[in-house]
Amino acid sequence: MSPNKNGNISTTTDLRDSSDETAKNSVLTASASQSVDVSANVSCESAPVTPDFSKFAPSDSLLKRREWKSRIMAGIITAAFVIAMIPLVSVLWTTIARGVKRLNLNFLAYNMSGVIGGMPTPSGGHGGIEHAIIGTLEVTLGAMVISVPIGLMCAIYLVEYARGSKIAKAISLLVNVMSGIPSIVAGLFAFSLFTILLGPGVSNGFEGSVALSILMIPTVVNSSVEMLHVVPDDLREASYALGVTKSRTIIKVVLRTALPGIISGVVLAIARVIGETAPLLMTAGFIVTTNWNLFSGQMTTLPVFVYQEYSKMSVTCPPSAGSECVSSIPSERAWAAALVLIAIVLVLNLIGRLIQRLFSVEAK
Amino acid sequence: MTDASEYDRAEKDMGVTVDTRNADAKNEPDAHSHDGIFHMAALFCGALILVALGAVVLFLLLRAWPIFAGPRSQTEAVFTSLSGGKAHGFLQYVGPLIFGTVVIAALALVIAFFVAVGVALFINFYAPRRVGTVLNYVVDLLAAIPSVIYGLWGALILVPAMYPFWNWVSMHLGWIPMFAGPAANPPRTVASAAVILAIMIMPIITSMARDILAQTPRLNQEAALALGATKWEMIRLTALPFAKSGMVSASMLALGRALGETMAVMMVLSPGMTYSWHWLQASKSQTIAANIAAQYPEADSLGVSALIATGLVLFVITFVVNLIARRITKKGGAR
Repeated sequence: MSPNKNGNISTTTDLRDSSDETAKNSVLTASASQSVDVSANVSCESAPVTPDFSKFAPSDSLLKRREWKSRIMAGIITAAFVIAMIPLVSVLWTTIARGVKRLNLNFLAYNMSGVIGGMPTPSGGHGGIEHAIIGTLEVTLGAMVISVPIGLMCAIYLVEYARGSKIAKAISLLVNVMSGIPSIVAGLFAFSLFTILLGPGVSNGFEGSVALSILMIPTVVNSSVEMLHVVPDDLREASYALGVTKSRTIIKVVLRTALPGIISGVVLAIARVIGETAPLLMTAGFIVTTNWNLFSGQMTTLPVFVYQEYSKMSVTCPPSAGSECVSSIPSERAWAAALVLIAIVLVLNLIGRLIQRLFSVEAK
Repeated sequence: MTDASEYDRAEKDMGVTVDTRNADAKNEPDAHSHDGIFHMAALFCGALILVALGAVVLFLLLRAWPIFAGPRSQTEAVFTSLSGGKAHGFLQYVGPLIFGTVVIAALALVIAFFVAVGVALFINFYAPRRVGTVLNYVVDLLAAIPSVIYGLWGALILVPAMYPFWNWVSMHLGWIPMFAGPAANPPRTVASAAVILAIMIMPIITSMARDILAQTPRLNQEAALALGATKWEMIRLTALPFAKSGMVSASMLALGRALGETMAVMMVLSPGMTYSWHWLQASKSQTIAANIAAQYPEADSLGVSALIATGLVLFVITFVVNLIARRITKKGGAR
């Protein structure tokens, strides 16, 4: 690939073309880059016809300035990254460091009944989150049962039945509007719905499920629509060509192909709503005992538990209580519950992404 | 250029499929066959979205109605007690709340936007590929951390830690009205609330900006580099113009999130009902969402109506912001 100083540009190209047809493209580019070299050489040595390009060359100081500017911007961007990471790492680190202190089997296995001030309970712990975990699981499950069928069928309608039509456009607009509803407004809606229909003072876990499903449906619809779009049309057409009806095609071919993506979308949607606090604060309520019934009575959930313990901050220990009484126990419980909550959310996220990774449809 | 034409072609392709599909869908669903039932069910669920959204507005209006229709003396008493004697009517009550909501969310967005874009650029163009993949996961996980945990961390860790900084700011930049001292200690102020919100929305903007930046045409980047552009010039000339509309719409969506954020603000901010620009002083402002969550437990029936009315205002604000965001996305996509 050494530059051919004797021949002019065109002959070089010709020679190379004839010698190696298959690598034509690469040779062309190579010879093009060489041609610059050659002409530069020629202009230096003998040919006065070629204009002097050197006056267009950037000055050293300009090059240096540009180089420095690039370096400074790289520094600023790296600095932005480091600045952003400090609080985020701190959130994770503090939660883990402070949460581990009270996180044990006793904390997970008992509820808050019989907890008086900072005194230990008969079981040897300082109260726990068993009732909150049960509440969170039931309320979230309720939200899932409501929103997954509706969201999935809505996505099927949008993609399979009404793709590109005016109704589809209107519905997707509404889904986007719905995804922008603030969580507190969803809570207010569930509260209004239940108090107007069932009378004032109603508060149960299912009310929380309704509030969460308002937040969850748009997420499920959007992720499912995306996944259904990924399913290649060849599959649908092949199925139709075999005389399979549309509904069977959708269930047996389209949904089966898109299933991993849909499941991962649902898992991520659950991870999003499981940490919602504000809507549950005003719908599901807060009690200290375990309530297994989703449809009657108040129900504590993990995020609400964290908030309630945070607002207690500390308890006063009478001087006679001795060293067994821990005055900072509420905030310690809050951190431990926060750690459990973060763990649940992160595990759900990892599961969702893993499913997406492992089973994703090969899209071009 | 190539990309735009490719995009057009893709759209045309889509248009073709749409046409065949429409022809398919126009066949009236036959309610007696399996096919028809499935079609009806899908249509029903699509329509349910409309019903749900209508129900949200309807029930909020119904429940909020008493505060507008009720006898004047009673409603006045409600607003007086809710606002601690500062307001006597709905507009007087909701005004400072709107002000606080918008100021805090806008501040948070300004703080978060540049940092988030920086992080997205770092992940896409500066970090080694492998590190970038890991960072992508980290950003996604951070976007999923519940707000109550940010609130807990903000109230117990961030707020005490920020006092020296805000104090320094008020000492040296106190001549700017927004930073007028003395800085509150503990700084449960608008400034701190904006910082915690910024930390919360940063991963959201980052993850969207990163996705768009990753789609910058590779050829454009290489062309810029081949012309002798430095790395920054390459980013400025190819990536940023390409991702501009996407990043703006991402930040609008994040703004919508910040406007409706409840727990973190409630746990960090010391509330007040004024139109104050003093960001470093406590008890100056409150947001609509945090106000609802804070006052809801103690409100009587009419008080809840008043709070729901403010919730409707919040709904309208976030609706408008989201609509603008979608508009920008659409414009950017059509180009």
